[in-house]
Amino acid sequence: MKFDDEPVPGYSLPILPGHVSPGRLERVLRAGKFAITSEIDPPDSADPAEVLKRAAIFDGYVDAINATDGSGANCHMSSVSVCSLLTRVGYATILQISCRDRNRIAIQGEILGGAAMGACNLLCLTGDGVQAGDHPQAKPVFDLDSMSLLQIARGMRDEQRFDSGRHITMPPRIFLGAAENPFVPPLDWRPHRLAKKVAAGAQFIQTQYCFDIDRLREFMLKVNDLGLLEGPDRVFILPGIGPLASARSARWIRANVPGVHIPDSVIARLEGAENQKEEGKQLCMDLLNEIREIPGVSGAHIMAYRQEHTVAEIIKATGVLEGRVPWYPGRDDPKELNPESSEALLS
Amino acid sequence: MYRTRRWVVRHSRVFETIYRRFEPVLVKLAPVLRRLGHERIEAPVRSVEKAVKGALFDCQMCGQCILSSTGMSCPMNCPKSLRNGPCGGVRANGHCEVKPDMMCVWVDAWEGSRRMQHGDRIQAVQLPVDHRLKGTSAWLRVVRQLDGTASSTAKSETTK
Repeated sequence: MKFDDEPVPGYSLPILPGHVSPGRLERVLRAGKFAITSEIDPPDSADPAEVLKRAAIFDGYVDAINATDGSGANCHMSSVSVCSLLTRVGYATILQISCRDRNRIAIQGEILGGAAMGACNLLCLTGDGVQAGDHPQAKPVFDLDSMSLLQIARGMRDEQRFDSGRHITMPPRIFLGAAENPFVPPLDWRPHRLAKKVAAGAQFIQTQYCFDIDRLREFMLKVNDLGLLEGPDRVFILPGIGPLASARSARWIRANVPGVHIPDSVIARLEGAENQKEEGKQLCMDLLNEIREIPGVSGAHIMAYRQEHTVAEIIKATGVLEGRVPWYPGRDDPKELNPESSEALLS
Repeated sequence: MYRTRRWVVRHSRVFETIYRRFEPVLVKLAPVLRRLGHERIEAPVRSVEKAVKGALFDCQMCGQCILSSTGMSCPMNCPKSLRNGPCGGVRANGHCEVKPDMMCVWVDAWEGSRRMQHGDRIQAVQLPVDHRLKGTSAWLRVVRQLDGTASSTAKSETTK
């Protein structure tokens, strides 16, 4: 999709009425298009080229790229720096902030900094516990929780003030997101908890990996009943999906990654397949096809950790973009190519 | 004690009633407490509060108690000190992501709140913790608030 008023790549779009951010993701969602987001695993390196290389894999297939913030409590390049590198060449990014590592002073500074660097979307997360990562001896901060983080970010944007009440001269124009996990207990509270997040400021939701369509359907029905999918303060829901590499890795994820619910039937399907990796990809496509049919779903968030190259294939095979080619550097003008994309490296 | 605090959650409605009866008593005591001087009685009240709430709820003395909004399950026992509901890491059996042997504080809170008359308070968004109040008496704060002399620096909206 190309917007008529799209200026120089990487520059902000004009903020339309009813919109809060100058970003492309909000435009796509509010235009009612099925949006695709994916995420970059930030490098364990100070090399900016690595970030650009990882982003180029998604060229033409995603509407925004999440830059994870110490995902799984492991140390990587920071989310705000990954976003900064990406927005420089024009990518739409989703800045992630987890409450695990910073207090409210650092977090609010980061929100301003991220917005100044062109990150138009902010995903507010609690964060995995430090026990899950490579520095279990670290101090867990959790000064805020995802809910109070959302509320503070909204206050910065809409009321132009820090949590302390101090005035902000130029507010961050950010589209606010949060995570939800409809697949773990307390199941009957999850839709209400989402309502609480919306009340705190959430405008889009990316969920944890979905491998259980029935639970997602039930969740979406309740969310709809709560009236969260209509009106000017409606929330856009992007269920998370991803390809499983094998039955063994599915079992490992289930046991070791906090909050991932994988039903036995999924593992059995992978086990019964001749080529488990292919089957994992097929399963992901099947899930995507089912998810797009669920009323109220606005898009999908594809998490293909260490299988990023499969994202393009999954989207092509399912046709969820309906012929739309999300903007990427060089789509309209070869001079704007991401210098680390394969096209640029070949020429 | 883990067992006691889970027992309390199973009887959250009883404790809700006790708290509701306790509040007018505090209000009646307010002039007396004021005459004694809040600062002078802070230490003894704090000790009693810590002993009682510690035994019943595993209270961590955050100084801004919200038990009546959390199904009588103290949110400060959550390893991530979440004040607004469970994280996404809750295990399939309802146990904590960080401490696998412990039931998620918020799974308990949800159960407890559903037994309470005003359990829907769990849906209210709670402000972040004011760390200056840690270790102080929440009871006395309630007294001061109800008495109309709430400290102007305390910005949490919570009661009890």
